[in-house]
Amino acid sequence: MTSTKRMYAVPYFLWLLLFVAAPVLLIVYQSFLGINGQFTFANYTNYFTSATYLEMTVNSVIYAFIITLITLVISYPAAYVLNKTKHKQLWLMLIILPTWVNLLLKAYAFIGIFSTHGSLNQFFAFIGIGQQQILFTDFSFIFVATYIEIPFMIMPIFNALEEMNPSLISASRDLGANSVDTFRRVIFPLSLNGVKSGVQAVFIPSLSLFMLTRLIGGNRVITLGTAIEEHFLVTQNWGMGSTIGVILILAMLLIMVATGEKKRKGGEKTR
Amino acid sequence: MKKRVKWSNFYLLLVFIVLYLPIFYLIFYSFNQAGTMSQFTGFTFEHYRTLFADTRLLGIVLNTFMLAFLSALLATAIGSFGAMAIYYTKKREARNAILSLNNILMVSPDVIIGASFLILFTFLGLHLGFSSVLLSHVAFSIPIVVLMVLPKLKEMNDSMIDAARDLGASNWQVIRKVIFPYITPGVIAGYFMAFTYSLDDFAVTFFVTGNGFTTLSVEIYSRARQGISLEINALSALVFLFSMILVVGYYYISQGNLTKKQRKIRQEQSEVADLL
Repeated sequence: MTSTKRMYAVPYFLWLLLFVAAPVLLIVYQSFLGINGQFTFANYTNYFTSATYLEMTVNSVIYAFIITLITLVISYPAAYVLNKTKHKQLWLMLIILPTWVNLLLKAYAFIGIFSTHGSLNQFFAFIGIGQQQILFTDFSFIFVATYIEIPFMIMPIFNALEEMNPSLISASRDLGANSVDTFRRVIFPLSLNGVKSGVQAVFIPSLSLFMLTRLIGGNRVITLGTAIEEHFLVTQNWGMGSTIGVILILAMLLIMVATGEKKRKGGEKTR
Repeated sequence: MKKRVKWSNFYLLLVFIVLYLPIFYLIFYSFNQAGTMSQFTGFTFEHYRTLFADTRLLGIVLNTFMLAFLSALLATAIGSFGAMAIYYTKKREARNAILSLNNILMVSPDVIIGASFLILFTFLGLHLGFSSVLLSHVAFSIPIVVLMVLPKLKEMNDSMIDAARDLGASNWQVIRKVIFPYITPGVIAGYFMAFTYSLDDFAVTFFVTGNGFTTLSVEIYSRARQGISLEINALSALVFLFSMILVVGYYYISQGNLTKKQRKIRQEQSEVADLL
């Protein structure tokens, strides 16, 4: 319409251009630059021929997969039970509350709990297992990452369950389905959208939690995020870092397509 | 049937315990006389005293809050107008395209945002420090503001704007007197979210901050890499308390959804209706 009407949105469109479009283009551009700033495909050939990089990528995906799976297994029943409680909004608030505490403080707490002379080891010594190395292992990394991601999985599943029309469950029971059938054929399929957005919200960050791999995984666990941080801030090889970044972006798009596809097909009346 | 309900509640309780245990663990040991997080030898406020004597750390806390306050303010201003622009984009495809662009930063991993902003700032020749951190925080907070404001705009009755125009209001008057009062709850919710995004962020800040400027998250990270210091525990207790206050505040806003002024307006309107 008139030009004055659009004036107010100029900063927003500037932001879209400068902080959304430009960074994506720049990281792709940078991924084709060698360490001296010349144009090259070397980063990509390096990446795809080096066993270290490929192994790291596969490991990162496996870690993220395990974290997502455990989070889902813990969160689904929790969201289900949560939906049945009386003051559910209050309980949901209490689930969300820990996410407002800084992630690094939570990681720091686990350093105390898991360390060699920490509380868990004291407990182990007390019941006679003896001291174990817990911090800086795969277990500690997966445990802490799962701990941090649980609320982000519970929220979307809870929302999906809450949106569900309760008369559908009554209908299913009236038509003679037992509770297992009702769950399998009615409740679970209807909550699938929540599960998908939960998986999205957990899997993608799990690929890139570099601070946890540093603090809890003790550099033993290397994810895509750790590799990017290493290349950008430690070895200063921005080209290679960007290449891994592009791979991470592609992985992210893949996940989003895989978990977002059905929404359109089956989304006639879900919203 | 009753027994199953009990078991399920037990499970939920377990999840809650696991979620809160580390946080209370931190707070508990902040009162520990011994300097470790393993053996509780006696109660003390000593670590709180060191915390309040540590001017460098307090300066960082102040920086972090100033940053969150400023970045949330800027992001809310830009994002609210952005939401209006999206709402008034007539073509459906264009609107969806802008919205997906808007959401890119919401779904991108922090590391990607941090790395790409670092490239951007170096490309632009911007000095890394407070300004680069502020710009990044504004940038990654804008999309959440848009997502908070947009539903409020959708709820709004468009004929109110037509009415205002018919009565001779200019564009700015329409925005100020009609649209803005209506979307205020969404704007406030957006501000809160932007504020917490900024307070919570570690990864992006870690990438784009230079030597001169540090936020709380970055400071905790570097201290945690060196080992345990109960000063951090004391700090975390205070941060937790502050988060609680924020949550309660946010809860009231999202519950009430109507500001006092609006309630008053509604009340006046109903009184007028009664008179008629």
